[in-house]
Amino acid sequence: MEATVFLTQIVDGKMQKVNLCESCSKEKGVNDPTGFALADLLLGIGDSQQIEKNPASVKCPVCGFTQADFKKTGRLGCSHCYTVFDDGIAPMLKNMHKGTAHTGKTPAKFHMTRQRGEKLKSLQDNLSKAVAAEEFEKAAELRDQIRLLEAEPV
Amino acid sequence: MKFSRIIANSGEWLSGDGPNRQIVVSSRVRLARNIRNKPFPGWAKKAERLEVMGLVKTAVEALPEMEESYSEPLESLSPLEKQVLVERHLISREHAAKAVGSAVVTNARQSLSVMINEEDHLRMQAICCGLQLGNVFDMINRVDSELESSLDFAFDSHLGYLTACPSNVGTGMRASAMLHLPALVMSDQINKIINSVNKIGLAVRGLHGEGTEAMGNLFQVSNQTTLGETEEEIIGRLNRVIEQIIEHEQNARALLSQRKPVTLHDQIGRAYGILCHAFSMSSKEALNLLSVIKLGIDLDVFPEAHRFPVDELFIETQPAHLQKGAQVQKMSSEERDTLRATIIRAKLNQMPGPDMSRLKISVPTATSKQ
Repeated sequence: MEATVFLTQIVDGKMQKVNLCESCSKEKGVNDPTGFALADLLLGIGDSQQIEKNPASVKCPVCGFTQADFKKTGRLGCSHCYTVFDDGIAPMLKNMHKGTAHTGKTPAKFHMTRQRGEKLKSLQDNLSKAVAAEEFEKAAELRDQIRLLEAEPV
Repeated sequence: MKFSRIIANSGEWLSGDGPNRQIVVSSRVRLARNIRNKPFPGWAKKAERLEVMGLVKTAVEALPEMEESYSEPLESLSPLEKQVLVERHLISREHAAKAVGSAVVTNARQSLSVMINEEDHLRMQAICCGLQLGNVFDMINRVDSELESSLDFAFDSHLGYLTACPSNVGTGMRASAMLHLPALVMSDQINKIINSVNKIGLAVRGLHGEGTEAMGNLFQVSNQTTLGETEEEIIGRLNRVIEQIIEHEQNARALLSQRKPVTLHDQIGRAYGILCHAFSMSSKEALNLLSVIKLGIDLDVFPEAHRFPVDELFIETQPAHLQKGAQVQKMSSEERDTLRATIIRAKLNQMPGPDMSRLKISVPTATSKQ
């Protein structure tokens, strides 16, 4: 029988092609054009191999969660997953919410750390400027201020 | 505090007073919080859930707001007891399905409750009578600020509070009001309202939240999105929409009483007749008929003194409350329907029949559309 079903899939930059006749394609269940793992299935590439090769199978180092788990549950594994799977999550959040950045409440602790971070950064910037301008007296003053701030308990 | 003491008293949101309480049954604000770098409850192993529960439960019980509280791991509650808490809106249906490693803490007034290890490590809510989302947010916000000194909440400077489901990320806040809208249902305007509310990014749901049917003409309106706006902005937006829905309901009531007084009399009279004389009643039928009685009280057809007893029936006639009250281990639904009808008859027979001559007729406002 003539092949009428042509499947092409690119995995890791390698093209895989399968040509099937109509009755074979039905037998193998190839009638869903959106099924993306079909070529793997037909070419005998196992599921385990596929997950290993797939960049989407990155594991969260904190909780061991994978993108496949997210597809199954629609929930993430732990708060660190937001950093690990940021590429996938960011566009999703864009569709889901009014904006992409949090503008609401900030925990007091975090607020203080952020203020401190911002102050340190501005002092360090000024220090570099002072050094570049050879204003050593001012630089020394700034250096002392930075040391003082760094010594403060968080 | 024992479970029996929680059961003995109705929550403050039911018996209390608040702005617009004829139409707005209650206002509720829920915050979702998680502990940094601990697996979320749905992904955590049993030992990890127990560890987080221990940590969170200790912190929550130490709150001044929880000085007099009821705190219980879910595995020590029977399915019936869990269902009672669901019917009181103290825990969600999802939380009721949990057992080892999950817990609930609620204050004696039942105005604050914290679900531990629901979908997130903490789901804390405050609930009050009438439309007062701002006050309710202040209550739960205070609790959150107290807890953040003892618990390390997962927070990201860009994404805000990190939650198990990306749909809650940001503020982690869901603010909602339970609205009683019988006139909008009777005048077939409710679908129009629901559609337009959905269009502006707010959700309308049934009595027990997501995926539940609207019974007793009760509708829950809440924010859908949590990222990109401050808590105050979300509540402000919600408040403005709710105020408009209230106005529509009031106009629908005024129009009904002016233009279709016979229909209104008939509905109220029938509801009263059935409730007073039925010997078997499902919880859905009870809620729908009680809703009409509640409308009758709002319109002065029944004396105001009967408002609280009728409001109480909304909760008392729910399946788990009935069964708990009967002190029977297992009841068939037929037995429950019989008991429900008996309880309702006893209460309604203390109430005088509808006095239609007292029907409050108000003039619809100019913004009314029909």
